[in-house]
Amino acid sequence: MKNALGAVDTVLLLGGRSEIGLEIVKLLVGLGASRVVLAARGDLAPPALSAEFHVLPFDALDVNGHGAVFDKAVELVGDLDVVISGFGVLGSQADYDADPAAAARDVAVNYGAHVSVGLHAARVLREQGHGTLVMLSSVAGARVRKSNFVYGSAKAGLDGFAQGLGDALHGSGARVLIVRPGFVIGRMTKGLTPAPLSSTPRQVASATVRALREGASSVWVPRALGPIFAVMRLLPRALWRRMPR
Amino acid sequence: MTTFLTGWGRTAPTPATLARPRSVEHLSELVAAAAGGRGVVARGLGRSYGDAAQNAGGLVLDCTGLDTWTQDEASGLVTASGGVSLHDLMTALVPRGWFVPVSPGTRHVTVGGAIAADVHGKNHHRDSSFGAHVRSLTLVTADGTVRTLHPGDPLFRATVGGMGLTGVIAEATFACVPVETALMRVDVQRTADLDETLATMEATDDRYRYTVAWIDLLAQGSRMGRSVLTRGDHLPRDDGKESPAFAPGASLRAPAWVPGGLLNRVSVRAFNEVWYRKAPRRKTIVQGIAPFFHPLDFVEGWNRVYGPRGFVQYQFVVPFGAEDTLRDIVGSLSAHGTVSFLTVLKRFGPGSGGLLSFPMPGWTLALDIPVGQRGLDGLLRGFDRRVADVGGRVYLAKDSRLRADMMAAMYPELERWRRIKDEADPAGLFRSDLARRLRL
Ligand SMILES: Cc1cc2nc3c(=O)[nH]c(=O)nc-3n(C[C@H](O)[C@H](O)[C@H](O)COP(=O)(O)OP(=O)(O)OC[C@H]3O[C@@H](n4cnc5c(N)ncnc54)[C@H](O)[C@@H]3O)c2cc1C
Repeated sequence: MKNALGAVDTVLLLGGRSEIGLEIVKLLVGLGASRVVLAARGDLAPPALSAEFHVLPFDALDVNGHGAVFDKAVELVGDLDVVISGFGVLGSQADYDADPAAAARDVAVNYGAHVSVGLHAARVLREQGHGTLVMLSSVAGARVRKSNFVYGSAKAGLDGFAQGLGDALHGSGARVLIVRPGFVIGRMTKGLTPAPLSSTPRQVASATVRALREGASSVWVPRALGPIFAVMRLLPRALWRRMPR
Repeated sequence: MTTFLTGWGRTAPTPATLARPRSVEHLSELVAAAAGGRGVVARGLGRSYGDAAQNAGGLVLDCTGLDTWTQDEASGLVTASGGVSLHDLMTALVPRGWFVPVSPGTRHVTVGGAIAADVHGKNHHRDSSFGAHVRSLTLVTADGTVRTLHPGDPLFRATVGGMGLTGVIAEATFACVPVETALMRVDVQRTADLDETLATMEATDDRYRYTVAWIDLLAQGSRMGRSVLTRGDHLPRDDGKESPAFAPGASLRAPAWVPGGLLNRVSVRAFNEVWYRKAPRRKTIVQGIAPFFHPLDFVEGWNRVYGPRGFVQYQFVVPFGAEDTLRDIVGSLSAHGTVSFLTVLKRFGPGSGGLLSFPMPGWTLALDIPVGQRGLDGLLRGFDRRVADVGGRVYLAKDSRLRADMMAAMYPELERWRRIKDEADPAGLFRSDLARRLRL
């Protein structure tokens, strides 16, 4: 149960290798979370932290198996205070252009699988009457750019889904927190030149944890991206097309 | 009906289906029908500060409809339904010459809530807690049956202080104390610092039935721990003043919405200064029962004054001999500049035998702290550890933030309590947010 000061006890991370996801877990454990379930493909060594860790097999594309992952997690740790839908893949637009099937697969991971996970999470959290689903969106979805529109369109879908789900859960005690980082310097973006206002997984995680405590429904990381994207969304397309990336 | 519920501190609301049993039979039916779901917990007047009377996604039984009681004229023994409030009892009993054995700082608690939390009053050093005065009780257990329990029964000891997790208290019979008037003779005394406060309480509390110290937590340095002590007794009739009526008076109402941050370091410091200065250095006064026991009840809904984010109460006890820990904590709070509007120190005598009861011989300090002060969680977590290290504990009826891993150290009878609870409630039907948070 979340306590009066916003600290949580149990966490389920779907995409147990996600850098951002693990950073969030680290911070939550530091603040008192004591039982964590990491759901991931293949073997996974839990981080050396003072909490009880469980590892469950999870494949984003095996949507038929998602329900069982939730049931198992609840069996292991009881009520889920925080569920992080943290998995994702980032391919290059050039590769996608060459291999549309790969593009469709990645979209299935970056969007379709989150829909399934989100709906399962909603079922569990609604029944519990409490708990927060954290969905990792991106500025890439706030306005889709030509340089990575496959990835961006999946994030746009996910962001819209997360907003709708948050609204649907209103009044149930369960909630959705949408995290919208800009460029995150990490494993996923290795080799790419960081964009302005980029952040690290650690920064995304601490902004997420703060937002969780405050019960916010969305957070931009860094914060300045919020107002910037409010403007970006209004730019005429002819101008947007010519933006550097 | 789904309703969002919170405790008195107004933090961490969760939704539950709220049902109002009309009779013991109805209560049994509701409990039996709840099997297999998200569990059930009883609720009285919601005066516990945290999440004890909440059950996210489950059933909460509002027991305030169970409100009948009788008194045996000769012995004074009262038999009351779990939902009867101490306010109603006092209103009727005081003119007849009786008072409840133990009254917490508010009258607006139910008999069920008083037993489930095994509440204490300013007379704990003399009279122990509420549970010590209960002669028998009836409990609706998980299968819907009604059991009658006596002080020697293990389930009785698990129910007194058991935070509603063994069943619903349908009725209880308890002793009352005879009083001759509705007035109190009260000695008020100011102390200069914490050492003087402790020494004076230790030296004099056996002379008074009721003793409490209000501490100015924002006073620092040589004035750290300066206090206003109030010690009192029921006024005998032969003192000349005759006042058989119990007149709690009309209450003011706090505004429906109050902005956050109203109670800040500046406003609380100013209030404390005035409150301390206003108290006479030493004086004996005559007071009504209500202002002596329940000053806060004069402002209805005063908990809203803490603003929309609510507040937490931190109450702990450390055994006698651990005064250094108490001094350390008061010192850290003063140094940290923690805003606590009400900081109250009492001395506890022997416990009541309830396995999860809070009171034990020692010093107990209670603080009201608005949520939102920086570093509060870490500060209180540090206190938890220090309190547990000396064999002390935190009060569950006030708690809303303790971690499960502290429970075993603070409540050495926890395992025994769990065994009794599991036997009476094998499927774990009785559950609350507090129970989930603390894995009870
Ligand atoms: C201003 C103020 C001052 C206070 N001062 C003191 C004090 O000096 N000393 C002290 O000890 N406490 C004090 N308290 C705390 C209060 O006495 C307890 O929290 C008490 O339990 C509240 O009773 P309630 O009827 O409101 O119960 P609730 O808060 O509704 O419930 C409290 C617990 O009792 C259980 N419960 C309620 N009814 C039943 C029942 N019929 N059967 C089984 N379980 C039941 C609930 O499940 C829950 O676990 C104070 C509270 C306030 C707001």
